[in-house]
Amino acid sequence: MASKKTNQNKVTPEDSNSRRDFIKKSGLFTALAFTPPTLVMASDKKWDEKIAEYLETVSLSIEVNGQKHNLNIEPRTTLLDLLREQLHLTGTKKGCDHGQCGACTVHVNGTRILSCLTLASMQQNAQVTTIEGLSNGKKLHPMQEAFIKHDGFQCGYCTPGQIMSGIACIKEGHANSREEISEYMSGNICRCGAYHNIVDAITEVKEGGKEL
Amino acid sequence: MKNFQIIKALSASSAVTGKAKDNSSMFIAGGTNLVDLMKKNVVAPDKLVDINGLDLKKIEFLKGKVSIGALAKNSQVAEDSSIKEKHPLLALALAAGASQQIRHMATVGGNMLQRTRCSYFYNTDMPCNKRVPKSGCGAIGGSNRMSAIFGASDSCIAVHPSDMCVALAALDATVLVEGPKGKRQINFTDFHRLPGNTPEKDNTLDSRELITSVEIPDHNFTKNVHYLKVRDRTSYAFALVSVAVALDLKNNVIENARLAMGGVAHKPWRLTETEEFLKGKTVSEELFRQAANLSMKGARGYGENDFKLTLGANAITEALTIAASK
Repeated sequence: MASKKTNQNKVTPEDSNSRRDFIKKSGLFTALAFTPPTLVMASDKKWDEKIAEYLETVSLSIEVNGQKHNLNIEPRTTLLDLLREQLHLTGTKKGCDHGQCGACTVHVNGTRILSCLTLASMQQNAQVTTIEGLSNGKKLHPMQEAFIKHDGFQCGYCTPGQIMSGIACIKEGHANSREEISEYMSGNICRCGAYHNIVDAITEVKEGGKEL
Repeated sequence: MKNFQIIKALSASSAVTGKAKDNSSMFIAGGTNLVDLMKKNVVAPDKLVDINGLDLKKIEFLKGKVSIGALAKNSQVAEDSSIKEKHPLLALALAAGASQQIRHMATVGGNMLQRTRCSYFYNTDMPCNKRVPKSGCGAIGGSNRMSAIFGASDSCIAVHPSDMCVALAALDATVLVEGPKGKRQINFTDFHRLPGNTPEKDNTLDSRELITSVEIPDHNFTKNVHYLKVRDRTSYAFALVSVAVALDLKNNVIENARLAMGGVAHKPWRLTETEEFLKGKTVSEELFRQAANLSMKGARGYGENDFKLTLGANAITEALTIAASK
């Protein structure tokens, strides 16, 4: 059924001159080599003119702080913008938006990454943890408590990223000395200059030995 | 950022086929450089081929060499205990690059393909022969503090920003690639190129080819190695000058040496003449100073980066001294 249509619409490199044309013409021929679920679904249901428009967005299943979301997003949406603009989780901050400041640091599948340089459309079925997902009800995470205790911030804008990075820094085994903490926290810039206190907070949590 | 289509490749061959269909398509792996460039509108592909599903993440120790998959993350390689033991220079160079968050995202193949950080390349209001061929070079006669001192041309004085690649160039690595015409291997030192009249080409990879792995032959450079990176702050900054040194020492005599510099050219700058000079000689401060002076032969500054001529020589002396004392 679908393969017959595929043969008729076989695409050559010369005539795939726009994204929309490419999508219309390639059909299941492409879908056999790749797996955009939307494309397979669209071909199967024989939506014709609607297909291209529909494919301007992609479907995404993603779990954020334990909650599952099924969304339609533009491929260009960054994970940072998805969190802030679509899921309204504004705890994760947009600093430079170019991977230079670390304010947007979140955990994806347990690893700290920069959400501003991450395309959400490439995070199918990922488990994301943001600053909002750390506390247990009203009980703050030990790292959040340590930042308050040690004054690990002034304006607070870089703090969510610092805390997410600090937790990962300990989990990765890179918090064995003040020097090592500084090196492995270097991706998080604090323009207020609270670095000394941030290292104090991370050191205390590390030495506390609690499971993070 | 312009919107685009994104498809996920399930095999290297389907990735190559999918990309070959469309000239304006690009592979995406970690995305740490590409997404940034797309946000700045420096590049604007119509289609991205997501290659993260490919089975190219393994680090395998084979007979006579190690094979590192193109999709292995920078942090994965930097922290691999066998890499640290057998290829410590590579581990040091990787750990000196970017931040831990970026190392968790960035891949080995992507690290090789990262574009220059020259500010004229990034600023679409400025001329740049690398971004728009024949538009001119803003850095020549402009702000060129970070620019090249070796191998530059009248068209481009940009530098390749990688640390990892400096170590791989020193360690005689080989790049394995796959394209529509099949597979081939490229010597690491031939992978990146000098700008000449075509600075838009960073490397010798065909636009339809995909890097699948990097191989490093076994060697004796496991102890007296150092990666010295001089930058504007202690961490998380691109190199003004970096030096990768690997010495094979027996009773203070240099049996073999490997040297390469970063931050000084359009490609990792291997110093084979200096390596030959050091071979068979006994370690001394004077020897290292002579080696540094020899290494800087042919270097030239462009104004703001003139300091690199002195800094480069000092960095080589320092890196050799530290490596020899380990």
